[in-house]
Amino acid sequence: MARFAMVIDTRQCVGCMDCVVACKTENGVPEGFNRDWIVQDVNGIYPTLHMEIRSERCNHCDNPPCVYCCPTGASHVHDLGGVVLVHHEKCIGCKACLAACPYDARFVHPEGYADKCTFCIHRVEKGLQPSCVAVCPTYCMYFGDLDDPLSEVSLLLTSRKYHLLLPETGTQPHIYYLT
Amino acid sequence: MLELTTTRHNPMIDPTLHVWGWEIPVYLFLGGMVAGIMIISGYFLFSGRHRASTQCSCFQVPLVGIALLTLGMLALFLDLEHKPFTWRLYTTFEIKSPMSWGAWILVLVYPALAAVAALRIPESWRIAFKGRLARLVLFSERIRGSAAATKTIGIVNMLLGGLLGIYTGVLLSALGARPLWSSSILWLLFVVSGLSSAAAFAHMIARDPYERVLLAKADNGFLIFELFVFALFFIGLASTSEAHLRAAQLLLGGAFAPAFWVFVIGLGIIIPLIVQLMAVNGKIPHTPMAPILVMGGGLALRFVIVSAGQFSHWMNAHGLPLPF
Repeated sequence: MARFAMVIDTRQCVGCMDCVVACKTENGVPEGFNRDWIVQDVNGIYPTLHMEIRSERCNHCDNPPCVYCCPTGASHVHDLGGVVLVHHEKCIGCKACLAACPYDARFVHPEGYADKCTFCIHRVEKGLQPSCVAVCPTYCMYFGDLDDPLSEVSLLLTSRKYHLLLPETGTQPHIYYLT
Repeated sequence: MLELTTTRHNPMIDPTLHVWGWEIPVYLFLGGMVAGIMIISGYFLFSGRHRASTQCSCFQVPLVGIALLTLGMLALFLDLEHKPFTWRLYTTFEIKSPMSWGAWILVLVYPALAAVAALRIPESWRIAFKGRLARLVLFSERIRGSAAATKTIGIVNMLLGGLLGIYTGVLLSALGARPLWSSSILWLLFVVSGLSSAAAFAHMIARDPYERVLLAKADNGFLIFELFVFALFFIGLASTSEAHLRAAQLLLGGAFAPAFWVFVIGLGIIIPLIVQLMAVNGKIPHTPMAPILVMGGGLALRFVIVSAGQFSHWMNAHGLPLPF
């Protein structure tokens, strides 16, 4: 069983938004909506400030509240890699999943169904990288199988410090940010 | 300091979540009130109180309950973004989804309400349908004559009413991403508020003077208990995490405080409680003003909880600006 994850090196990300444009192009994301986005996080007390630029998206959680709250089973965990997906034709547009996601990673597609990042599962099934990873000009994004101890993502997580987003919500997210 | 800049600006999500407008609070209010109606009329049937008066409101309110629930479900339907696929709700049962539980509970609630309503066919219906309801009238008289059958209908209504009321609260409290909703007693708050609104409504339409006083006294008890549950609700939030504490502050002193204190606590609980206490003590006559205020307060409670809950967020605990 594979367990896909994404590792993003915040020391290399420059916030160029190539990943955002690639995602919109690859997945036909409608104008005015985003499946992934850039966050610039500045914290600390002057002059000791820390800045981090992150490419954010659905965290494809191990404990996905969006899947649990779905009344029709439209939101589900895909057999391949534990990726969280939405069956468009099963979704009634109740928006419970939007309210359940602590990352606000979902939105309502203009056609009425809940939409979000799919880790470009249609590309991954063909052995390709997700489009955001494939286009990154600084090579700061890595995608792979955490269940394979020799995969690039597993090796990075054993050798580098990282953090997760909102781990206190108990969702067990699968986007790791190297610091 | 912490400064976050994001390039995301998704509709209904940014700058704060606002996926649910007026439809969901209206649905939750009507669902809660119907739950209260089922519990009260079920109790009247179970206890045999319905035999004390030929005009017992327990036979009238379920008919109103059916109409209110239908209106609530219409509001829920209007809120859906993918309406042609609504039927998908009834192709599966998702055990972890409170909304799926609710969809199936609603299917059971209609016949339970109809069973109570059918126990006494209104005289006006008998005249209007000119004997075409003869079989139904006969059936209803037979059931009413059987104490065991009436009690069973009462118990089923109390159970289903309880489930419906609990579901309206659990629907929100299961969404842990919103700290204000993430309370294990939100369901109790909604059940008590639903009981209070239902008692107020039955009090308003009751024709029997003894029953009117009984319902007003019950409503006073529910209102006092609701204040107690509010206190527990806030204590629970304040003793959980910073995100939950800030969520509680939204109601206690933040952007939603005026609506909460004025419409929910003041006009929805304190003033009608004083008016009804005076009425049951014979100092003033019973007035529809107090029940109307109680029902208005119940509606305001759902609006405030749904709106403030969507605003509350875990990220706020990390320093995002709050409107207070």
